Amino acid sequence: MSAITAEQVAHLANLARIDLSPEEITNLTLDLGQIVDSVAKVQEVATSDVPATSHPMPLTNVFREDVVVPSLSVEQALSGAPARAGDKFRVPAILDEE
Amino acid sequence: MAKPELMDYDKALELFEPVLGFEVHVELNTKTKMFCGCANEFGSGANTNTCPTCLGLPGGLPQVNHKAIESSIRLGLALGCEIAEHSRFARKNYFYPDTAKNFQTSQYDDPICHDGSLTIELESGRLVTVEIERAHMEDDAGKLTHMGGSTGRIQGADYSLVDYNRGGVPLVEIVTQMIEGAEHDAPEIGRTYVAGIREIAKALGVSNARMEEGNVRCDANVSLRPRGSKVLGTRTETKNVNSLRSVERAVRYEIQRQAAVLHAGGTITQETRHWHEDTGITSAGRPKSDADDYRYFPEPDLVPMAPSREWVEELRLTLPEPPAARRKRLQADWGFANLEFQDVVNSDLMDAVEATVAAGASAQSARKWWTGEIARLANAAGVAADSLVQPAQLAALIALVEAGTLTDRLARQVLEGVIAGEGTPAEVVASRGLAVVSDDGALIAAIDEALSKQPDVLAKIRDGKLQAAGAVIGAVMKAMRGQADAARVRELVLERAGTAESGSVE
Repeated sequence: MSAITAEQVAHLANLARIDLSPEEITNLTLDLGQIVDSVAKVQEVATSDVPATSHPMPLTNVFREDVVVPSLSVEQALSGAPARAGDKFRVPAILDEE
Repeated sequence: MAKPELMDYDKALELFEPVLGFEVHVELNTKTKMFCGCANEFGSGANTNTCPTCLGLPGGLPQVNHKAIESSIRLGLALGCEIAEHSRFARKNYFYPDTAKNFQTSQYDDPICHDGSLTIELESGRLVTVEIERAHMEDDAGKLTHMGGSTGRIQGADYSLVDYNRGGVPLVEIVTQMIEGAEHDAPEIGRTYVAGIREIAKALGVSNARMEEGNVRCDANVSLRPRGSKVLGTRTETKNVNSLRSVERAVRYEIQRQAAVLHAGGTITQETRHWHEDTGITSAGRPKSDADDYRYFPEPDLVPMAPSREWVEELRLTLPEPPAARRKRLQADWGFANLEFQDVVNSDLMDAVEATVAAGASAQSARKWWTGEIARLANAAGVAADSLVQPAQLAALIALVEAGTLTDRLARQVLEGVIAGEGTPAEVVASRGLAVVSDDGALIAAIDEALSKQPDVLAKIRDGKLQAAGAVIGAVMKAMRGQADAARVRELVLERAGTAESGSVE
């Protein structure tokens, strides 16, 4: 039995700004539960001598020199914008602040 | 909005103990952004410095700016921090239109610098050591402009405009431990701590460190607990307090506001508050809520960093003298009184005075010129004083005054010429013909002429009414077009008047 609840899925959907129907929430609760259960099985195998891994490749210190390269043109940058005003992106008012 | 009740500051301190914490964001002055090669500059029009990476478009791939890591490590070292042997970036997920990627690339459980401290000195001489929990790297957000509505603030806005030029610019966020025992000094500790961070960032050259430009920004955490209690009170976080004076005012305000709420039996809501520079108050922002569930996870597109110990030690060798120590040394070297020295420091002219002294001027002359005439001209022109004239030029000008070639008044004219790009002080003296007339012969001729034209004055001087000489001195200075040493003219006038008298006896 998974530890994931429908409330958690609805909460995550809200945080991720994804609009889910009640059926989708039910299905995702089952799917995500199975994934969590599977990961839990892996964790049973991983003992304390196995370090947590965020990056599978044994690479560190990949840096870029501080040199300017050309940017997009303003037209290119704004070409995918749903709305613009002059050279700026135009977005809906943010209501739940202040 | 209605002004909340405030408790008298002294009474608030009598009833409650303030506990502080600060988050200071320092914007690095690298040539490019944190994770892409777009220029880190804002002057050339909205959205001119963007690319798929900093706009969060599909296919964008971040790459870490080497210089930004170097600057962060140097800043951490200057704050006495440990530099992590292993550090990585994390995604902080939230939706807000100033963040095009829908996450901020920040650091969570492996910050690059941790466990440092900064000791600050208050005006009373009290030393306070502020413990630093961590200094981590992150990228900045774009700039929002709220349109419509009546106030130009978010409230009532019809829509907002976004310029992503600042999006992706490297920041170091310096987070203090809880500061207890601040007592009455709490507001001053806030101001002095932020000033100290700013000063260090500037001395290191890792940031332009101008608060008015937003290069250094402060969030101030304040909570109160009743005297005798060991339990921490609920804190508020006042965001983006962007001048040293505002840090001081915002801390003081929150202490007074929270004390009034608590004393009236109310509770403090854990929330973000906004500082209003114009009215000097804070107002409630959003409470801590679901929106703060940031779901941090390690950034999969960036590999971890493991700064080698050799590199860290190399960078340690590049650290400049700590600003606080340098200030003490320079004040002693220059022999300035506290107020004189503060004037120089507050006007951001310490470097300028130091360079002028190094070029041969006396410290007092250098101070007088920088904080006087040059600051006045810079203020009128709306530019920084140290951008007007080279320290070496000023030192040369001061040398001309001390040699008697120029009076202060003439020197001010020469300075204007130097600032106008007419050449070195000596060249301006020559081209404008401004040197003091030190040839007594020329002066005596002018004096004799003036005396002969004003026999009544001559008579008064001979009667011992020496102040009458002023009229003659004025006439002579006018004849010399101001290019004479008034004190020397006065001497000569009295001498000539006297000579004439003795001459009449012969």
